[in-house]
This record gives sequence, structure tokens and C-alpha cells, in this order.
Amino acid sequence: MTAMTHSHDDDALAELRALKLATRARRAKFLRRAWPLLLILGVLVAVAILAPWIAPHDPLRQNLMGRLKPPGTEARGVLYLLGSDELGRDLLSRVIFGARVSLLVAFGSVIISGVVGTALGMYAGYARGWAERIIMRVTDVFLSIPAILLAIIAVAVLGPGLMNVVLVLALTRWPRYARVAYAQTLALSNAPYVRLSRFMGGGMPHILIRHVLPNIMGALIVIATLEFGLMVLFEASLSFLGLGVQPPTPSWGATLATGRDYVATAWWIAVFPGLCLFLLVLAMNLLGDLLRDHFDPRLR
Amino acid sequence: MTRYLLRKLGEALVVMFGVSTLIFFIQRLTGDPTFLLLPETATPADIEAMRHALGFDRPLVVQYLSFLWDLAHFDLGRSVIQNLPVVDMIGARLPYTLMLAGGALLVACVVGVPLGVLMALRHGTPVATFLSGLVVAAQSLPTFWSGIILIMVFAVGLGWLPPSSAGGFSHLVLPSVALGLLSMATFARVARTAVLDELSKEYVRTARARGVGRARLVFRHLARNASIPVITVAALEISNLLAGAVVVETVFAWPGLGQLTMQSIVSRDFMVVQGVVLLGAFVTVGLNVLADILYSLVDPRITLTTGRR
Repeated sequence: MTAMTHSHDDDALAELRALKLATRARRAKFLRRAWPLLLILGVLVAVAILAPWIAPHDPLRQNLMGRLKPPGTEARGVLYLLGSDELGRDLLSRVIFGARVSLLVAFGSVIISGVVGTALGMYAGYARGWAERIIMRVTDVFLSIPAILLAIIAVAVLGPGLMNVVLVLALTRWPRYARVAYAQTLALSNAPYVRLSRFMGGGMPHILIRHVLPNIMGALIVIATLEFGLMVLFEASLSFLGLGVQPPTPSWGATLATGRDYVATAWWIAVFPGLCLFLLVLAMNLLGDLLRDHFDPRLR
Repeated sequence: MTRYLLRKLGEALVVMFGVSTLIFFIQRLTGDPTFLLLPETATPADIEAMRHALGFDRPLVVQYLSFLWDLAHFDLGRSVIQNLPVVDMIGARLPYTLMLAGGALLVACVVGVPLGVLMALRHGTPVATFLSGLVVAAQSLPTFWSGIILIMVFAVGLGWLPPSSAGGFSHLVLPSVALGLLSMATFARVARTAVLDELSKEYVRTARARGVGRARLVFRHLARNASIPVITVAALEISNLLAGAVVVETVFAWPGLGQLTMQSIVSRDFMVVQGVVLLGAFVTVGLNVLADILYSLVDPRITLTTGRR
């Protein structure tokens, strides 16, 4: 360090400062464009967590005198803000509790498939050889089965339920991350700092976690965001088909299935949970696009 | 060209083999697939009889090999409930699903491609921003929700179209729109990128400098070159549409493969479910090969390097 001349130091410092400023500017730009989406997501997460405290009624309490009441009506002292379902349960409370299922399943499956897929993809991209051939062939196989069909057959075997849906979605989706992690790792495996670390005796786990992972995180976060929206849709599809979370647990997809049966008489049952589903998925998709811009503007 | 084709076909066969293996082992995730085929009220004697009848009491390797052997002869097994060959049951429903997927593909193309072209031509203007918002919104629509909303508005509310089940052409409209809206986004995106790519090329500048009008430029010059990625994506989208049909058919009580799948899951007719999934996967693999071939046919540069890109 002391051997460096002053001007060298100053140059390096100035460069670093410029880099920091540019990073800060990019972050500010991202936040300026993304804050409405982050707000929507924050509200949904808060609603899901605080569901027992903010839901006006018990989502499971039936009231046969108050069946299929339109939004804003009152029956036996209960005000149905968004109306009631075929068993007289408060739709607003069911929609609020339904957010829990959607977010929990999407979060769980994205985390599991993301970690597994990334690990396998990075390993394939770094170790090369047989591991690469086998892992990438397996991702080909998984990705050539339409995801929703694969999920349907796996749930049909394992049986429905929250945990099974999470596991099945994770099983179905890990190849997406593996592909991205593989391609990115392959591109990085000859980067100067990776070669240096290897030269200095860095083992594979060290190199992958300390040097490769931080550099491919951006691409992975973009995929994970888009996948999150997709997982919300998949969970809702499975629940809609009766293969997801089982009644009486409220979930948006299952409520929509009820709404389909009452399409002519009680529009609200299908409209409100569907709207929440749509907003959540839309927010994730838009956020994914913005994140892609943020991490790699060239990709657009 | 032949070598390229043979290599692609070889790869496809390997993937199909992998898909069959995966499906075979998924069935055995819980151990004995006999339980998937029997109602919960079955007695131990029933289970034993069924296990023997279907050969599940043989060693796993033998079961696996005979499964592959049957598949290689286009034999998807027999339905336990209906006592019919699964191939025949699928054959009876397939036309409906193809009709639905075809209708959806038409909707997706007819709406998506012009939208994408417009987005590219108006690149950077508020119009393009608005349209791309529209495209993302369509992509985020759950098909089962948009399907229900369509039924509410056009069948229940306005009474213009029938709400469900198969019949004449009018029955096909709503399900096709619900399913097609999802793929529409893909077509719009691909068309937009393709046209933007072409717009940046030299010949477009030359044509513009020569005073070629916008309409002529789009239809005569751009359409030909930009159609390559659009055609490729169409081949790939078909498998998405077939898979999406499972959900949409449930909404509209459409008697296709999706409905068959759901009925078979409820009645625990697992051979049928397996048959549909295998078919879906094989069609996807086949379409991927087709997309590769299409790509190399329309773009001679690809065959020279015997590899894509």
C-alpha cells in the first residue's frame, strides 16, 4: 500500500467514489419507479401477517341465514363488506386469510427451488464434466413437461395440502434457477478474481459462495421475482382445481372455484379474490421487469 | 442439414426417455401406486388382487422396463375405471382440446402480433408504454378468473354467448379468449423485439431514405424478416396452450383433455392422468424440435453452423 504513489491512490479513490455514486443513483432510480409496487406488496404481506387482527370476522364461521349476501349488506348483525359466500361466511375475512396461503406457498416454493436450483446450477457450471452433463440433461427433462401438468400429477400422487403443494412446486421449478445459475457461473468461471482465488487455494464451496454467488445474485433475484408471481398463479390453479389447500382453509383459488358455481347469482365471490390474485401477480411481474432494468439495463 | 436434424431428433429421444422415467418414478413417490387406483374403502384382498392384476408385485426394474416397452409401442395402458385403452380415451377428447388451443392460438396471434408491431413502431412514446402495461396485465391474469369474468359479462350479463360446454362455434369463443389472452403477451413481446431488431438494420434506413411509406415498409419488408421469431414462438406456445387448457376447460366445462384429467383424478383413474401428462410432455418435446427445424429452414445461417445461434 505504502509503495503506491499519491496520484494512484487518488485516482483509485475517485473511481471508487464515482462507482458508489452511480450505484446510489441507480438504486434511487429503481426506488423511484418501484415504490408503488413495493407498497402494494408490503400491504399484502402486512395483511397476511396481521390477518387474525384485521379480519372483521372469523373466516370459518358459517351463517346460514346470511348466505350469498351481496357486498355491503347486513344479516343478523353481521356486516358483509364484500358480501358472503354460499355458507354465509364473510368474504372479506376469507380474502384476507387467503393472502396467507398464496404468499406462504409462493415464498416457500421459491426459496426451496431457488436454493436447490442455484446450488445445482452453480455446481454444474463450475465442476463441468459428468456433473454438468447429467444435471443439465435433467433440467431439460423437467422443463419439457408443461409445469402445470407436472404439478398436477405430482399432487395427485402425494395428495393435496399446503406442504405438498409447496414441495411439488419446488420440485417443478428448480430447473429454471439451475439454468440461469449454470449459464452465469460458466461465464464467470474464468474471471480473473475466480482464477486468483483458485490459485491461492480456494476450494469450490468458497469460490462459489464468496465469488460467484454475489455476482449472479442479480439475475437470480429477477428470476425469483417473476417465479414468485407464477407460483402464486400455480397455487391458485391447483386450489381452483381442488388439488391445493383443502377446505375449509380459505384460499383465493378455492374461493374462485366456488365463485364459478355461483357466477349467475353471486358475482362478488369470484370477483374479489380474483382481483387480489391479479394485483399480486401483476405487481410481481412489473417488479421483475424493473429489477431486470436495475441489475442489467442491457437485457431490455 | 440431415446431420443437424438427426442430432436434434436424437436429443429429443433422450429427453423423451428422461420424461418417461421421471413420470414412472413420480408415480412411485408414495411407494405403491396401487393405492392411487383404489377407493379408500378397498379391502386388503382387493389391494392384493389389483396389485397382481396390474403387475405392481413384480420387481421395480421389470415394471420399469415393461412400462418403457409399452410406451415404445404407443401403449399408455388401460383405464382401471372405464376398462378402456387410455389411448382411445385420450383420442376421444383430444379434438376438443385441439379446437380450444387452436382458437386460443388464433386469438393470441391476431391480437398479440399487431400489438407488438405497434409497440415497436411507437417505441419510446406514451402509446408504447401504455400498451406494454396492457401486455403485462394480460400476462398476469389468472385464466380461471378471466374466464369467470368473461362468463359473467358476455354470457350471464349480456347473454351474447353460451356460458359453458361444447357446441357450435359460439361455444368456442369465450374459452379461446380466456386462454388466448395469456399467450397474447408472449406474441406481443416477441413481435415487438423482432420488429425493433429489424428497424435498427441498414436496409430499413435505406428504404426510408428512398421514401418508402410506413405501411409498405411494415408489410413488405419488416413482416418477412420479423416473422421468423414469431413463427418459432408459435410452435413453442402451443404446448403452453395445451397445458393451460386443463384449467380453462374446468372453468367452461369443456369436454377436452383437461376435463378428462380432472375427472380421472377424482375417480382415481391414475393411468389416464399419466397418459395425458406423457402426451403433453411428448408434444412439447416434438414442438421444440419443430421450432428448431422451422428456425433452420427460414434462416439458412443456422444450418451452416449446425447449431442454434
